[in-house]
Amino acid sequence: MFGLLKWREKTQQGVKKSREAWFGRLLQAVRRPKIDEGLWDELEETLLGADVGVATTTRLLERMKERAKTERVTEPETLLPLLQQEMRAVLEAPGQAGLLPERDGEAPKPTVVLVIGVNGVGKTTSIAKLAGYLQNEGKKVVLGAADTFRAAAIEQLQLWGQRVGVEVVAHRQGADPGAVAFDAYQAAKARGADVLIIDTAGRLHTKVNLMEEMKKISRVLHRLDSQAPHQVLLVLDATTGQNGLAQAQAFTEALGVTGIFVAKLDGTARGGILLSICDQLKLPVLFIGTGEGPDDLAPFSAEEFVAALLAASPQQAPS
Amino acid sequence: MFEALTEKLNAVFKRLGNKGHLTEKDVDEALKEVRIALLEADVHFRVARDFVARVRERAVGAQVLQGLNPGQQVVKIVHEELAGVLSGGDHKLHPAPQLPTIVMLVGLQGSGKTTTAAKLALHLRRQGGQSSLLVAADLKRPAAVEQLVTLGAQLNVPVYREAPGSDPLQVARHGVEKGRELGVHWVILDTGGRLHIDQEMMAELAAVKEAVGPHETLLVVDAMTGQDAVRAAGDFHAQVSLTGLILTKLDGDARGGAALSVTSVTGVPIKFMGMGEKADALEPFYPDRLAQRILGMGDVLSLIEKAQQAVDQEQAKALEQKLRQARFDLQDFLEQLQNLRKMGPLQQVLEMLPGFSQIKGKLSGQDLDERQLKKIEAIIFSMTPQERRNPDILDGSRKRRVARGSGTQVQDVNALLNQFREVQKLMKQFSQGKGRGLLGMLRQ
Repeated sequence: MFGLLKWREKTQQGVKKSREAWFGRLLQAVRRPKIDEGLWDELEETLLGADVGVATTTRLLERMKERAKTERVTEPETLLPLLQQEMRAVLEAPGQAGLLPERDGEAPKPTVVLVIGVNGVGKTTSIAKLAGYLQNEGKKVVLGAADTFRAAAIEQLQLWGQRVGVEVVAHRQGADPGAVAFDAYQAAKARGADVLIIDTAGRLHTKVNLMEEMKKISRVLHRLDSQAPHQVLLVLDATTGQNGLAQAQAFTEALGVTGIFVAKLDGTARGGILLSICDQLKLPVLFIGTGEGPDDLAPFSAEEFVAALLAASPQQAPS
Repeated sequence: MFEALTEKLNAVFKRLGNKGHLTEKDVDEALKEVRIALLEADVHFRVARDFVARVRERAVGAQVLQGLNPGQQVVKIVHEELAGVLSGGDHKLHPAPQLPTIVMLVGLQGSGKTTTAAKLALHLRRQGGQSSLLVAADLKRPAAVEQLVTLGAQLNVPVYREAPGSDPLQVARHGVEKGRELGVHWVILDTGGRLHIDQEMMAELAAVKEAVGPHETLLVVDAMTGQDAVRAAGDFHAQVSLTGLILTKLDGDARGGAALSVTSVTGVPIKFMGMGEKADALEPFYPDRLAQRILGMGDVLSLIEKAQQAVDQEQAKALEQKLRQARFDLQDFLEQLQNLRKMGPLQQVLEMLPGFSQIKGKLSGQDLDERQLKKIEAIIFSMTPQERRNPDILDGSRKRRVARGSGTQVQDVNALLNQFREVQKLMKQFSQGKGRGLLGMLRQ
């Protein structure tokens, strides 16, 4: 439970920091005498600068303009809470499913979580964090090292496994990832594990062969439990720009992504592409990763995320 | 997801009517689209704004060249301007006067430093038979050292490593000494990924740089990076004064606008592009190609060059001709498929084709599977030359024969024919309509 307390603390600190910054730049922007084009431009740049993307930014601003009109908003300051509301609505639209979905009031045993993503987003680290998190919740976790492609990926997961104290099922580099998934499932079942998390090789979503390989892993799991994988978690790098939407789209088409884990939110990137993804694909965001330590993870909160995103100060960007 | 910029601009100019020169109003309308294209490619919004302002200056009042329509004229100016920014600086890696030349790779977590280090060693060996020593100075990420050691073993490149518990400064220092001792041409330092705002880690990087005095300090940038790229790169530049950029993961469909932001903000030139996971997928940087990619214009030049590597000049010319004219029958289709396959993974090649984003929609992912290709080959092989030239004569009985001959079903033959017609149609549209101007333009 200690770890859990630490998370709460961490998120709250993060929120506090972002709240302070929130009153920085945007407040300046709305400290105009009236709502004019210049103000809309400021808001647009804030969103674009946070990677929200042109389409979703335009939609958000249009909605706000409409509301400003119908609700007779004349004070620029009133626009901020309005924007926050609209952004939260987008992020919360996909609904908030838990990481471990229940079936007939009972969690499947083991619940199989397949973790996927493009290269270098932080899949392995995120898995370690998730494993630690679940263990703190009193769950027994087994990890499957199905990234048999990248050199030393297996060792990386094994080292993490030792660190957080969970078993890692692995074959050699170059082994068939489907076979690893199979063995990992059998091991998880035999040990009575609550959750099996499968690490997979990073792959660009445009590589057909690799996406097929991924589908095969999913099929193997499906044969072992007709509901598995119960969760297909897409790890997204918070520094990713507009390509994040293409990634989410392609992985969803191929594998039916059920949730998103945003990694590397401890940097200065705002992860605004999540708004595009939630808006257009209706995928729920489940967790955020905020560092390299095993405890650097928190369940996603739309409110906190929006506050942090808008607190971004493009002032530090180039002139 | 993206439409080619030229097509959007053509729509704008259709509304405005055809004119001999570009008026202020035309240009402003067009530049709105240009700005959106840049933003969608992840160019930083301020960089995009300045860029558009510069283009505006050049474009207002410009004569529309013969053979171009106003939309194409704007694209031409945008493309030139963009290629101009990207081509600034020195894109080559130069050996130091005294051996070894020390290269330090730095970057955020997951940008691809370790893979790039190995690729660079292979590239240097292939280019001029030069030897390298890889130095595993990333002691933070679990198993990062093992990753570099494994890659080094695969490529037969020596790797300097120390036992866990050492520190990066020491590893770097000893690594360079080792490189001298071995008499290698290059020492390539792989450093741990770090956040640009992590002061402690950035100070460590600065200390490593200070200690070993690398001749080149290269920032490895993920092509998928969004707006934050400028800030991260700016901070790295401030701490360790970069001498170059390596753009990675360009084998995906990211348009790589971050590269424009980073290079225009820091003034640091791009040196290499990472085009895949395999060790030989590191290519020299060509400003022109990246400019086209950022604008969503397809990478015709890359395609042609790849074709030239794979087939002989004569054949490449014919292929290029056919790609341009889109006047192909099933025999050409087959030859092209075979040539394309020689050029590398089909998906990668197709993505370089302008207009591929539209064709891609028509072909499901499965159609691009290599196994599927074998099937297509078998079907076309089972046709007579006449049938290949004129697929329309394939009636029910001919189709049955072809299916039997290729070990497939009539449905497969039909599917292939449909697909072929679809591609043929698209290619035709492309070469007749907006496309030809674009292709013609790229030649200039």
